[in-house]
Amino acid sequence: MILPWLILIPFIGGLLCWQGERFGPTLPRWIALLTMSLETILGLWVWSTGTFTYAPAPGADPTWALEFKLQWIQRFGISVHLALDGLSLLMILLTGLLGILSVLCSWKEIQRNVGFFHLNLMWILGGVVGVFLAIDLFMFFFFWEMMLVPMYFLIALWGHSSADGKKTRIYAATKFFIFTQASGLIMLVAILGLVLVHFNQTGVITFGYADLLKTKLSHGTEYILMLGFFIAFAVKLPIVPLHSWLPDAHAQAPTAGSVDLAGILLKTAAYGLLRFALPLFPNASAEFAPIAMVLGLIGIFYGAFLAFAQTDIKRLIAFSSVSHMGFVLIGIYSGSQQALQGVVVQMLAHGLSAAALFILSGQLYERLHTRDMREMGGLWSKIAYLPAISLFFAAASLGLPGTGNFVGEFLILIGSFVSAPWITAIATSGLVFGSVYSLIMIHRAYFGPAKSDAVYKGMDGRELIMVLGLAVLLILLGVYPQPILDTSSATMHGVQQWLGTAFTQLASAR
Amino acid sequence: MDLTIQHFIALAPLLITSITIVVVMLGIAWRRNHSQSFLLTVAGLNLALLSIYPALKVAPLVVTPLLQIDSFACLYMGIILVSTLACVTLAHAYLGEGKAGYPGNREELYLLILMAAAGGLVLVAAQHLASLFIGLELLSVPVYGLVAYAFFNKRSLEGGIKYMVLSAAGSAFLLFGMALLYAESGSLGFSEIGKAIAATGMPSPIASLGLGMMLVGLGFKLSLVPFHLWTPDVYEGAPAPVAAFLATASKVAVFGVLVRLFQISPAATSGVLTDVMSVIAVASILVGNLLALTQNNLKRLLGYSSIAHFGYLMIAMVASKGMAVEAINVYLVTYVLTSLGAFGVVTLMSSPYSGRDADAMFEYRGLFWRRPYLTAVLTVMMLSLAGIPLTTGFIGKFYIIATGVEAHLWWLTGSLVVGSAIGVFYYLRVMVTLYLQDSKIQRHDAPFNWAQRAGGVMLLGITLLAFFLGVYPQPLLTLVGHAGL
Repeated sequence: MILPWLILIPFIGGLLCWQGERFGPTLPRWIALLTMSLETILGLWVWSTGTFTYAPAPGADPTWALEFKLQWIQRFGISVHLALDGLSLLMILLTGLLGILSVLCSWKEIQRNVGFFHLNLMWILGGVVGVFLAIDLFMFFFFWEMMLVPMYFLIALWGHSSADGKKTRIYAATKFFIFTQASGLIMLVAILGLVLVHFNQTGVITFGYADLLKTKLSHGTEYILMLGFFIAFAVKLPIVPLHSWLPDAHAQAPTAGSVDLAGILLKTAAYGLLRFALPLFPNASAEFAPIAMVLGLIGIFYGAFLAFAQTDIKRLIAFSSVSHMGFVLIGIYSGSQQALQGVVVQMLAHGLSAAALFILSGQLYERLHTRDMREMGGLWSKIAYLPAISLFFAAASLGLPGTGNFVGEFLILIGSFVSAPWITAIATSGLVFGSVYSLIMIHRAYFGPAKSDAVYKGMDGRELIMVLGLAVLLILLGVYPQPILDTSSATMHGVQQWLGTAFTQLASAR
Repeated sequence: MDLTIQHFIALAPLLITSITIVVVMLGIAWRRNHSQSFLLTVAGLNLALLSIYPALKVAPLVVTPLLQIDSFACLYMGIILVSTLACVTLAHAYLGEGKAGYPGNREELYLLILMAAAGGLVLVAAQHLASLFIGLELLSVPVYGLVAYAFFNKRSLEGGIKYMVLSAAGSAFLLFGMALLYAESGSLGFSEIGKAIAATGMPSPIASLGLGMMLVGLGFKLSLVPFHLWTPDVYEGAPAPVAAFLATASKVAVFGVLVRLFQISPAATSGVLTDVMSVIAVASILVGNLLALTQNNLKRLLGYSSIAHFGYLMIAMVASKGMAVEAINVYLVTYVLTSLGAFGVVTLMSSPYSGRDADAMFEYRGLFWRRPYLTAVLTVMMLSLAGIPLTTGFIGKFYIIATGVEAHLWWLTGSLVVGSAIGVFYYLRVMVTLYLQDSKIQRHDAPFNWAQRAGGVMLLGITLLAFFLGVYPQPLLTLVGHAGL
């Protein structure tokens, strides 16, 4: 029974926040904080008690650490089917943690309609948890689309318009919504295609993961259905050329929105690839792998170059996400256990470091009221702590040893080298560009001549706790990633077997 | 043939509605009283709605060669009666009480709506071209009067005349098509026509032409592209509750008979007609959605969006096998719920009548800060029209996509995906307008106590239903599952 509660807690908490506004603007914040803490504690409790050697693997019915099933729509064999394994647990822990942070970081930023804001925030997180837990394909799609609406409100109502007024927050929110919605519908078409193929073979109509895994697909059908899933995940990850919503949405969103977008929402796509696209269509995925890896490669460089060219600090961080997700994509399609484990670490590390950078730029915005780096400069000595902490996270983002990002990138590269040496070698050189844009961000914002004489308020306790906490976690992840690797290893082993078998078959067919 | 008690039970919904018309008319003749006419109408419609249950017990039953009462007809009768009830309730709020509100005679509106509903009931049970035509005209003619009901408003009058002229043109096409079909098959019954066409293998050119012309005639009523030109003007001109009736009961009835016609004589849809219907579907989806993008008037926007929605429905019509009828039924129910909700908000915003309807987008700016629950209603409706999960519209769209995939209609399914993506843009635009900062322009809003009146209570009920069926659609699917053809 714990799984439905993981989803319900944020939804109920959101409603309480909304109604709590009647009693002043502070109550919703505390309710939201408690909600997310409860969610995280519940996640940690599951982590400490569960056994994560159970995970779906080819050749047998999927096994899970925890499972919950309830009839929902009998007509189509749809059930409320939730299940948890190591990968979903880690993602839920990340969601809970970043949920706490996004409540904390909007403590002072959001002053209008606090209750409604937290309602939307909680519902996004609830939807994301749903995506991570659902293993009925209908339900997965249901949550996948559902989390768009509160995110849309978050950007459209509490976002910032760009400085030149050209790109309004509503423009960004609408673009985000349309991109994800349209690609989601393509995925729905693919899901229905898969279900109908399964129906024609067995006469049973079902959206269940375990049943659909057994569907036998012809080569062409498998490839097309795989593409349907891939497009939806490619938009959300994002993969160049489907990324153009991301910088707008990130730059225009309020800090909490950016934290959720970069930290969690992008991860739902990688999760979807690992959970659904690869196991359901292993042969097509293996065939598609070179293309996907090249797309990842393009993403790495394209993201890095565009990040370098940005003047808006949040757009810079947004493009750096595109670059980091390129590594994730390469790792996913490499088909090696090491690289897949690296993907998990990279996802967590990127979630933490990108969230921290967005929180820091939010704090900068609260003081300077601009995100334009041309108007910054010389801030190093003017704000207590903030510049130094920014430097730490910039270094983490460029993959400095000792941080989780290093572990992730290292594992991805070393794992992929076996199967795709050329792509890996080129990707490695992308790290250099990573350092260039990270350092240029620090340089432009904090060094050089000062633009004004104003002295800004230093960081207060709340702000310090948030980012220092993230820094500690990031270092822990970099120094001792073993608990994480142990938790996710069974899941990744399953994925690796699916893809590995397909690779072998593909090689023998050629 | 002899009419037994069984036949009268089967016809009860239609008979009760007709009796109500007479009673309301006599009531008006005896004493003009707004509330009295309203109560009589509501009582009659409710009785008719209840009488569907015994009618279902005796179904399927052929009542004269003209009408067939089966579970399909009963479902559609239910939809028509419920949406008529909703429109009547909205109209009561719209016309207002006492001195405030509509200045002319208020009572005849109920009379006209009841007549149109009776026409709809005939139409959905029709299995003969004669009853099709009778039903269609009985449905359309009162609607001319309804659209022009606020005749001292120029737009309303213009809308009424426009609808009348185009509707008459549509009827002419329909009659011509029927004549051609009769010439070819020698019969007016749906099934006989179907047999005659099936006997020849492919429909002959004359039969195809006849069916095509009928499609034109019915396409006018359904405002499918390229017969859609009247829609935005009429929707804008018609008083809001009448627009709701046009969008729901009227269209559902016409679509119902179209489904029956093409399902009873499946040979009719073979050959060139399938291609014509596919083109109409794609054109309706794209044109409807694209033209809606630039609208600044909520009623016009809903008009264009209804064009697109009937384009989606045409996909299932083209598929015509497998889940198609089920998908159409589910989609129509969700569409009716959603349209009633959206027009309901417009109606309540314009209530009581004061010269013009509150349908300009700027009047809705910042509504959330003034009428939060009314905004919640409109938000749910917009999301439902856009087909986002948690609302009933998603279930409908899910069904249509499933039908398209099942029948391998890739182009049509693709245009649905494109159409939805475009659609999201304008639905979101309406939605976000509601939450923006309040503009300080003078306007009139829904009355403060809107939620305690019949119209408001009904609207909240519809919203809850739209939400509930979005989360747990099984009851709807079970209901619809019994109503196949």
